[in-house]
Amino acid sequence: MLDGRSLVKRTAGLRLWLSAGWLTALVIGAVFAPWIAPQDPLMQDLFTSRLPPFWMDGAEPGYWLGTDSLGRDVLSRILYGGRVALIVALIAGTATALIGATLGLIAGYYRGWTDMVISRLVDIWMAFPPVLFAILLIAVMGTGLTSVVVAIIVIDWTRFARVVRAEAMAQGAMDYVASAQVAGRGRMSTLLTEILPNVLSTIIVLLTLEMGIAVIVEAILSFVNLSVSTDDPTWGGMIAEGRLSIHQAWWVLVFPLVALFLTVLSFSQLGEGLKDRFDPVLN
Amino acid sequence: MFLRRLLTRIATTLVTLLGVAVIVFAVIRIVPGDPVAMMLPPGATEADIARLNAFYGLDKSIPEQFFIWLGGVVQGDFGTSITTRQPVLGLVLSRLPATLELSIMALVIAVALGGLVALTGTRLRYTRTEGALDVANGMALSVPDFLWGLVLILLFGVLWPVFTISGRVSPQLVPEFATSFFLFESVVRLRFDLWLDLVQHMLMPALALAIPLAAIIGQLLKQSLKETMHLDYVTLARTKGYSENHVILREALRNAVLPTLTLIGVQFTFLIGGTVIIERLFSYEGLGNMAIDAVINRDLPLIQGIVLLFALLFTLVNLAVDLLYAVLNPRLRHA
Repeated sequence: MLDGRSLVKRTAGLRLWLSAGWLTALVIGAVFAPWIAPQDPLMQDLFTSRLPPFWMDGAEPGYWLGTDSLGRDVLSRILYGGRVALIVALIAGTATALIGATLGLIAGYYRGWTDMVISRLVDIWMAFPPVLFAILLIAVMGTGLTSVVVAIIVIDWTRFARVVRAEAMAQGAMDYVASAQVAGRGRMSTLLTEILPNVLSTIIVLLTLEMGIAVIVEAILSFVNLSVSTDDPTWGGMIAEGRLSIHQAWWVLVFPLVALFLTVLSFSQLGEGLKDRFDPVLN
Repeated sequence: MFLRRLLTRIATTLVTLLGVAVIVFAVIRIVPGDPVAMMLPPGATEADIARLNAFYGLDKSIPEQFFIWLGGVVQGDFGTSITTRQPVLGLVLSRLPATLELSIMALVIAVALGGLVALTGTRLRYTRTEGALDVANGMALSVPDFLWGLVLILLFGVLWPVFTISGRVSPQLVPEFATSFFLFESVVRLRFDLWLDLVQHMLMPALALAIPLAAIIGQLLKQSLKETMHLDYVTLARTKGYSENHVILREALRNAVLPTLTLIGVQFTFLIGGTVIIERLFSYEGLGNMAIDAVINRDLPLIQGIVLLFALLFTLVNLAVDLLYAVLNPRLRHA
């Protein structure tokens, strides 16, 4: 009999490779954007406004994915927008992981009042709608890359803290931790050399997923014009412009949307794939 | 025992709400930048600033300010909106029905879709169809509502324009309604012409909100169902000659549904949170859209009020789910 899991399993490797492939291409595109991009992403030219992508009638060479209503090249803007997306994913993701995981480790291992304080904070945080919280933070901090990164850290540290706390607690109850302590190791040393390595795989999985979330949060913020300065091309900003001219020039919306979709999907597939790899029960 | 659980739970809810108030207050008052300077238009005089400072009690100490502000909030005084000069509470409450109706409609769709996926997956378990459903479900799960909203706009607003992708209701129909609960009112008054127009507007944003939740429900419910299918009482029902459909729907479902119910409660708050950006995307006149306008206009009292209302809503939903779980779970009921 055909196993229902088999289709999921058989395509798992493929999906993992496709995800890694897209992300690699994206990193290369973003890093080398100044050399790869066919046009200046900011250059406006009303004579080339709303050119369609290359396979349609009326396309112009050099503008592969068409232009927006101001005549700016869509492909070049996607490449530069990828820079913002990846920088946010990397910095905000890592910082969120560091802060959230540290608090989770402390709460889960030291227990007692530190745990109580951190867990209560997590409960309070769960009462805030994340997007609204991010928007509120941007409202008071002002727009800009730093604000976006800080907003993501502030809204999402609980994601790490909750999971890592539970893991650290489970690990802390294991015999190997007890024996490390019987052997005379300090609490701090046990935490760093025994517990941390055992929750590291969880942190890496969460970090991968968090990067996808950071990309989406940045896109949402730039969609409502609350991300980096409006001069820098962002996927969310492009989508907002495309939403307005959707009946005249669908490509302004579709291409950045595809880029965003693939990126978010890739990060989450990569995270899920890593989770399966790390999970000894599944292997 | 049950009463004690209830009281403890209500006490922690109050602590959470107090924490929420502290944080909202802190974010707006302690962050760099003078709140009054942010409220005033450019070119305000020193005297204006001083007067506004006194008006908002900003010449007092921070803890004093907090308790004055909290006292007002508890009595329903959320301050005055800077852009409209109207009380925040009234503004916020006027938009709440729109957001509630959208959220509830999305929840209903999510439960229906997710349930359908889970039941189909269980009925066709260990087949290729189940595998295909799992892959589709995994994709639905990992793509957030914002992107589903954009995809739906492209599919049903542009490629095959059958749904309206902006607004809550056709503007000329607004005077027809006596309350702000348009959808509810249209059903109660049996005005199906209005109902149809509302659904035509609301279905796409509601579906965008529903898809990720439907995927989560589908995944968990199917997992519980498949586990239940191996239990003795289900086998007994099967040996009695009941059809597979009967076994799944009448026997297995009842016992498999509890974990999903709890999950729906928690996830429902995430869905409500998602309305903020989905309303923006579909120009839907709800709280979320108002919040983003408030931020763009730097209307801090208004956004503060909206955040507090959302937090209250979240906390109450969580409380309700916990209590419902305690009532439904026999092990907790008799504990």
